[in-house]
Amino acid sequence: MATANGPTASEYIVHHLTHLNTSGHKQEAIVDWSVVNLDTLFWSLALGLLTVFLLARAARRATPGVPGRFQAAVEFVVEMVADQAKGIVHSAESRRFVAPLALTVFVWIFLMNAMDLLPLDLLPRIWEGIYAAAGNDPHHAYLRIVPTADLNATLGMSIGVLLLCFYYNIKIKGLGGWVHELFTAPFGSHPLLYPVNFLMQMIEFAAKTISHGMRLFGNMYAGELLFMLIALMGAAWAGTATGAFLWIGHVIAGAAWAIFHILIITLQAFIFMMLTLVYIGQAHEGH
Amino acid sequence: MNLNATLFAQLAVFFVLAWFTMKFVWPPIMKALDERAKKIADGLAAADKAKTDLANAEKKVVEEMRKARESAAELRANAERQAAQLLDEARQEAAKIVAQAREAAEQEAAVAAQRAKEALREQVALLAVAGAERILRREINARVHAELLANLKQELK
Repeated sequence: MATANGPTASEYIVHHLTHLNTSGHKQEAIVDWSVVNLDTLFWSLALGLLTVFLLARAARRATPGVPGRFQAAVEFVVEMVADQAKGIVHSAESRRFVAPLALTVFVWIFLMNAMDLLPLDLLPRIWEGIYAAAGNDPHHAYLRIVPTADLNATLGMSIGVLLLCFYYNIKIKGLGGWVHELFTAPFGSHPLLYPVNFLMQMIEFAAKTISHGMRLFGNMYAGELLFMLIALMGAAWAGTATGAFLWIGHVIAGAAWAIFHILIITLQAFIFMMLTLVYIGQAHEGH
Repeated sequence: MNLNATLFAQLAVFFVLAWFTMKFVWPPIMKALDERAKKIADGLAAADKAKTDLANAEKKVVEEMRKARESAAELRANAERQAAQLLDEARQEAAKIVAQAREAAEQEAAVAAQRAKEALREQVALLAVAGAERILRREINARVHAELLANLKQELK
């Protein structure tokens, strides 16, 4: 985006942080349920379909014989998730859904995070071309390609986990049992303690869910922002000595951050999966 | 970090993907993994069994060899004993036959000697008569002197 008559640094970053949404411009309100981020939706759906396509391919070819490399790689991930699920969720019946869920979450989030490793301007540039060719103003061709750097996506998934926690709480303890637990744990069964207990439980659920979604979002958003700042260094290339240094700085910092980011995207996907298992596992245990 | 309806879409996608994985991905992979684990376990067990079987077979072979050697030795000992016995019997038989033959020959010789003696006696009697005839120049009637001759024969015995 750093063309000769291009935007300033802050314009560049704001442009890259603006979603392609149904309103056509940057969302002003913090919360606006009438708006949908089309880019987040598109990429998360596309990568979700890629996830299930890859997994289904491996599943269709799964034989007890000698596995190929792709097969072995998928099986490696599946076994890792299955082991973790077995250690955390103690109900074999729940695991029949929870373990596949954790697998999907892991692979899907890994792929969504990995979008961060694509060249920052590549897909937005292509989108700009398509948008302009369709007769629109290319300055409004917004596109963000990392779905997990959108709070809607991460909170959507963490709320999904929260709903599953509710479901398993009711399923395991019964509605009465769960309500009883909401008012009597963690401090004990005494009428005076009921509101305190309930408040604590609500705070616990809220904290779990928000931190679950925010953790992933924060990591990916910060990673994306850092890539943008690094890209600005390279964009300062203008034939001057300072520009040349900044360009070399871009190469070094960009490479270093991308390499480090490989760890982050894997780790964040793993953490999200583990917390999903832990929270659902907690829903199985009485206080 | 604005919130909007994308959240609900993501929430729905989350469950759909999880459902798909549960339905179509997880079971076949787990099945394949379990079957492979079982196959490997079976293979290892079979290898172990084969090893034990081999050891047993070797032990059996050694045992059979030992038995064969023992029975061969026994057979040889028996055969030798039998041969010795046969030889013994043959020797005894031979000795018996020799003894019988000797006895028969002795008897025959005795009979022949007797017969020769008698023939000799006959001829001596005849010679004596012939001699006496010469001496007496007279024919002695054998029939008349039969008693005399018999007496003579008797004396010559």
